[in-house]
Amino acid sequence: MSTATLPPITPLTKKDFQTDQEVRWCPGCGDYAILSAVQSVFPELGIKRENFVVVSGIGCSSRFPYYMNTFGFHTIHGRAPAVATGIKAIRPDLEVWVATGDGDALSIGGNHTIHMLRRNVGIKVLLFNNRIYGLTKGQYSPTSEFNKKTKSTPFGSVDRPFNPISLAIGAEATFVARSVDVFQAHLKDTLKQAAAHKGSAFVEILQNCNIFNDGAWFSLTERDARSEHVLQLEHGKPLVFGKNRDKGIRRKTDGDIEVVQLGNGIAESDLVVHDAHHPRPSYAFLLSHMEHRPGFPTPMGVLRAWDDLPRYEDVMNQQIKDVIAKRGPGDLAKLLRAGDTWEVR
Amino acid sequence: MSTITEVPLPKHKREVIDQAVIRFAGDSGDGMQITGSQFTNTVALYGNDIATFPDFPAEIRAPAGTLPGVSGYQLHFASNDVYTPGDAVDVLIAMNPAALKMNVADLKANGILIVNSDAFAENDLRKAQMTSNPLEDHSLDKYRLFSVELERLTKTALEHLGLDAKSVSRCKNFFALGMCYWLYNRSMDPTVRWIEAKFKNKPLLVEANKLAMKAGYSYCEATEAFQISYEIPPAKLSPGFYRNLSGNQALALGFVTASQKSGLRLFQGSYPITPASDILHELSQYKDFGVMTFQAEDEIAAITSSIGAAYAGALAITTTSGPGMALKTEALGLAVAVEIPLVICDIQRGGPSTGLPTKTEQADLLQALFGRNSEAPIPIIAPATPSDCFWAALEASRIAIKYMVPVIILSDGYLANGAEPWRIPDVSKIPDFPVRFATEPNSPEGYLPYKRNPDTLARPWAVPGTPGLEHRIGGLEKQDVTGNINYEPLNHEHMVRIRAAKVAAVVQDIPDVVPVGDAEGDLLIVAWGSTHGAITAAMNAQRALGRKIGHVHLRYLNPLPANLGDVLQRYKKVLVPELNMGQLLWVLRAKYLVDAIGLNKIQGRPFKQAELEQKIEEVLGL
Repeated sequence: MSTATLPPITPLTKKDFQTDQEVRWCPGCGDYAILSAVQSVFPELGIKRENFVVVSGIGCSSRFPYYMNTFGFHTIHGRAPAVATGIKAIRPDLEVWVATGDGDALSIGGNHTIHMLRRNVGIKVLLFNNRIYGLTKGQYSPTSEFNKKTKSTPFGSVDRPFNPISLAIGAEATFVARSVDVFQAHLKDTLKQAAAHKGSAFVEILQNCNIFNDGAWFSLTERDARSEHVLQLEHGKPLVFGKNRDKGIRRKTDGDIEVVQLGNGIAESDLVVHDAHHPRPSYAFLLSHMEHRPGFPTPMGVLRAWDDLPRYEDVMNQQIKDVIAKRGPGDLAKLLRAGDTWEVR
Repeated sequence: MSTITEVPLPKHKREVIDQAVIRFAGDSGDGMQITGSQFTNTVALYGNDIATFPDFPAEIRAPAGTLPGVSGYQLHFASNDVYTPGDAVDVLIAMNPAALKMNVADLKANGILIVNSDAFAENDLRKAQMTSNPLEDHSLDKYRLFSVELERLTKTALEHLGLDAKSVSRCKNFFALGMCYWLYNRSMDPTVRWIEAKFKNKPLLVEANKLAMKAGYSYCEATEAFQISYEIPPAKLSPGFYRNLSGNQALALGFVTASQKSGLRLFQGSYPITPASDILHELSQYKDFGVMTFQAEDEIAAITSSIGAAYAGALAITTTSGPGMALKTEALGLAVAVEIPLVICDIQRGGPSTGLPTKTEQADLLQALFGRNSEAPIPIIAPATPSDCFWAALEASRIAIKYMVPVIILSDGYLANGAEPWRIPDVSKIPDFPVRFATEPNSPEGYLPYKRNPDTLARPWAVPGTPGLEHRIGGLEKQDVTGNINYEPLNHEHMVRIRAAKVAAVVQDIPDVVPVGDAEGDLLIVAWGSTHGAITAAMNAQRALGRKIGHVHLRYLNPLPANLGDVLQRYKKVLVPELNMGQLLWVLRAKYLVDAIGLNKIQGRPFKQAELEQKIEEVLGL
């Protein structure tokens, strides 16, 4: 067969992933930037458009599937990971992405999130974290800071917030990363790394809700502040941060970590070298938690990418194949007549 | 060395009878369910018709010897048709005082009472809250009491095996079983085979259980304890191959069959819950049929994973009981809105809340009909007998796929655990219902996910991975045909009405009802689900007395059969017996303006034939 007779393969473009639906997010919402990044990354993955499925729950972020020209399923509040698990179980070949928010994934759907991660279902999760309930018009969320004053907490919230990254690593997710809506290049690069991961990939995207929680991430996004507060992670590189790249993270003798000023006898070679591929999650957990400590930066990028664990859907399907290989394909007539039977003449 | 074999075989009387009801009762740890199901299997293999009623507590091991710990298994077997497990029992085996106390009231006068007399010490009596020993105080004089030292006799029989005391004691149920086999003149071979398979890797236990059973059998033979044994000839069932089948097994086999006949992979998302878990246990064994079972993290993930699997092209089911049904409510609404096929099995149990986990009830009908926010109609099918669950599973799957709707199967604890002989169908005679997924755009504008089949109103099923059919679905209200989000008032009304019309259209797949018994007359009994057997028995008895009674047993509860309204008019009175406060009654009165009368029992137990007959006579003014 001659290849000359085949029509030329037109590479997909960003436009192929846009729909004719009117986008109904507020002007200035961080979700636009995330949508744009995903629409830019999808055509670069070498996957046929019909094999993408975007699944979501409820909330502003969960409108996402309507704006992606792929198969899409806007489900109910918190349940996207479970719906996506069913899809992956039956069709492991599909590329399933879940769009969710801090309320959807960590509050009402918290159970499904942790179970999807511990099972290592091959689903990419985009957690839009704006630290607020937007669609219900401004109540605090499970990632809102303590003492948050909102419509439902006029005297301040009394809950301690979840750290989504710590939660994901606690559930032993095999890929955990963080990016920001406005860091387009970083976001796209992170999404590509997530796409390359076979198992569950959990990406927290810090997203600005300019209506109900404007500036929630300013300390990490504003040009002046961010280099002091953000630790950009790169596998195999020392943990350095600061405007002048003069600070770093060093191991203490008790196993804990500390922030050190470079110079005066402290060199980069004394710092922790980032190892995203470590099979055990303890180091990544330590990193995930440091931002809560005074003087420590917020890690950004891929905290953990350990891809040696088989995907849940593959194990499930392999088990079926193994049983068929052992027993042969099921014979219905035999099944119905299994066990003790008797004949009436 | 056994002393039993040295005794010459006595001559005893053997009487041929047409039926018997036997109940094994003991502590939860006494193995009564195994004993009962072994006896059942043996008599079924012999060819008797049977109905069973396993009745056990929710606690796995309540304190030994106490009243809440009593577990029972009742079997009705006969040489003629059996419809119920029987109102009263002919033979009661009571392993301890608590079992005796809880069950003896159901034993017929002059019935056979076999008691483990080793379990009647003062302490045992105290645990059962008894002040005097019934074996000595003449309170059991109206029964044929056989006090048997089950503990000691079992110990003697197994002495030479060197087994520990606990394991020896656990064989005493098989001693009792052996006695029953002697009493009803049945072969021990099927149980021997079962013991050998069950304890395959524990040869000592194989030996012990076999010996205990044979010792029980020989004990009867040697001691002339009963003086009489019984023979119940095989029933005249339609020719064919039979097996014993419980409702939950039947559902599992029905879904495997539906998977094969539709050509779709079977996916079951489920969370363990009594009395539905056995469906999961059963289906998880059938991986050679490509069956995928997913034990989800909760009831909600159980149904939503199934929705995902259905969306991806599977025959998807989820199985639960009332409390789980409540948790699945929102997802059921999603399945209605996105119009995908899904079968939900609700194995009803007593409620509200946790209620009576192991006891039966029919009180989820209105939940199944209406238990969702807004207008969200779902077809409902209710099997009438354990083996009917097989056909209900097939039928529900077929309707779900044909109409692109979720379908609810309402079974209950009584059907789930009860067993009956099932004539094994010829699989080649069960029609295929192949599925045609959408493969091409269905309009010049591209693929329209809500463009409907004019006959069924079903929308097309386009699974992910199909080129050119990329589309979005979800729980937000959609425009018909295009599936685009749409909040316009008239569109919403149209969509609500079309979802209702689609479920109503299922009526074209539902046969008209034909009353059993008299086609018109004084009384029509309308019922559904597991009450079928008791109603049939009661009606037959009453008609034999010359009363003009018909019986309609509704298999389809939504939509209702097209001619039901007409049939209701043909009788002077309508009686609706239900194991609830009158839920079908409520529906019939509302829909047909019929002045129907309810008979309602809410005790976690099935109807007795006598209760139904009494009510029939009352309604007929007799």
